[in-house]
Amino acid sequence: MPATSKATRESHARVFDLDVQSLRELNQALHNLTAGSNETAWEVLNPKGNHSVAVGVDQPVSIDVRGSVGYYCGGMNSGSAITVHGSAGPGVGENMMAGSITVKGDASQYAGATGKGGLLVIEGNASSRCGISMKGIDIVVHGNIGHMSAFMAQSGNLVVLGDAGDALGDSIYEARLFVRGKVDSLGADCIAKEMRPEHLDLLQGLLDRAGVTGVKPSEFKRYGSARTLYNFNIDNADAY
Amino acid sequence: MCGIVGLFLKDKALEPKLGAMLSEMLVSLSDRGPDSAGIAIYGATSGNEAKITIQSPKPDRDFRGLDAELAKALGAPVSIAVKSTHAVVRTTPDKVDAAREALQLLRPDVRIMGAGEAVEIYKEVGLPEAVVDRFDVRKMTGTHGIGHTRMATESAVTTMGAHPFSTGADQCLVHNGSLSNHNNVRRELVREGMKFETENDTEVAAAYLSSQMAHGKNLGEALEGTLSDLDGFFTFVVGTKNGFGVVRDPIACKPAVMAETDQYVAFGSEYRALTKLPGIDNARVWEPEPATVYFWEH
Repeated sequence: MPATSKATRESHARVFDLDVQSLRELNQALHNLTAGSNETAWEVLNPKGNHSVAVGVDQPVSIDVRGSVGYYCGGMNSGSAITVHGSAGPGVGENMMAGSITVKGDASQYAGATGKGGLLVIEGNASSRCGISMKGIDIVVHGNIGHMSAFMAQSGNLVVLGDAGDALGDSIYEARLFVRGKVDSLGADCIAKEMRPEHLDLLQGLLDRAGVTGVKPSEFKRYGSARTLYNFNIDNADAY
Repeated sequence: MCGIVGLFLKDKALEPKLGAMLSEMLVSLSDRGPDSAGIAIYGATSGNEAKITIQSPKPDRDFRGLDAELAKALGAPVSIAVKSTHAVVRTTPDKVDAAREALQLLRPDVRIMGAGEAVEIYKEVGLPEAVVDRFDVRKMTGTHGIGHTRMATESAVTTMGAHPFSTGADQCLVHNGSLSNHNNVRRELVREGMKFETENDTEVAAAYLSSQMAHGKNLGEALEGTLSDLDGFFTFVVGTKNGFGVVRDPIACKPAVMAETDQYVAFGSEYRALTKLPGIDNARVWEPEPATVYFWEH
């Protein structure tokens, strides 16, 4: 294959203008992609807060969304690389399986909720419940996150370069939380933990994957589960 | 679910377009609530005129000849502008209470949507598009306004159950959420002498704010009180004669996004509602913080 073919393909990104084409047409076209398709670059214009932009994509294509999106952008993503050149509404990357989503602006509530894999990068701030019930996704937030983030988080990594709101990691299972700034309060059964060499390595890898430079893993604190809620404690029987 | 919008203009040049802008914002959120819709618009005040927005299930019967009958009962000039099921009654500011009483006697089926120097309130069962068309909202001018499209969860789908709710002069409120202690708060407010038209939780929130402001608090202080005295889920957007406020409960499940430019402050349940505002691409856009009061006054 000639060396120029990739560049040629990218300059011919398939463009969907949501001012003239329907969201359903866009998502159907993305779902029609099969393995090895030459249509590897997509561009979405005028998203204007529409819901469910580029949900359920299961091929490794790149999708540039030029503007701000509403609910559930990139939900269930399974391999595509989505960039939102704007802000995202609630539930961006909800239940992501693989691939990546980068939000250039802010994200609203429950970014990356229940995500099982892949990388979600929020370059601005994320709102409340970021990473709620995360099950393996990696989330990197350049700014701050809101209250109740990583609630019942099960596995995966949440990295926050800024501050975290109240009740971080409430009822957390085994996810790792790394926060560089202050934490307003920790939720039930979430505690600060020792940052061991393997965590510093892990964090460096996450920062690299998220394109973060000039920030050292040693600037973060690690939080995780105290594991006291795993088993029923008979002393609490009166509470039921 | 429900969708709420608000628009507070800083630039007088936009005032002729307030109705059109607010209508566009509300219509864009139609799928957040198909049951009923309403809008409150604050227009110019002359200082020597009060407006009472009334509604009737039988406007042909109730509004005919009402101006003359009301003028006679009040001993003051009265004019009436009919818009579909609603009408705006204009009289002198000192006659508002007397007009309320007279209306009850003269037209028992007429309901009062709100009153004040600036506000007009229009609300009906149906989609936002139908409601703004019915009342010609797009042509309305004004300084600020709020709107609501309802997906009812808690009380009947009726005209009176639609938002905005107005419980004090030039005060009104729209709500996304549901309150769990509204019966208790309503009982306390009734003891204070507040009157309620419905069993709706949002009317209680509106009356709570009216009561707080009647006790001398400003809009910001009254909104602060909702955080400790009201239990439940809420994003409130509130209008007063010259002010506009927003508050979300501490859990903040109900969505909210705001935008500010030199020309306006805008609120929407979703960003979709803001996309057609002038200069939105360069506006400061943010999600209002939980348990934080935001308000602006002219």
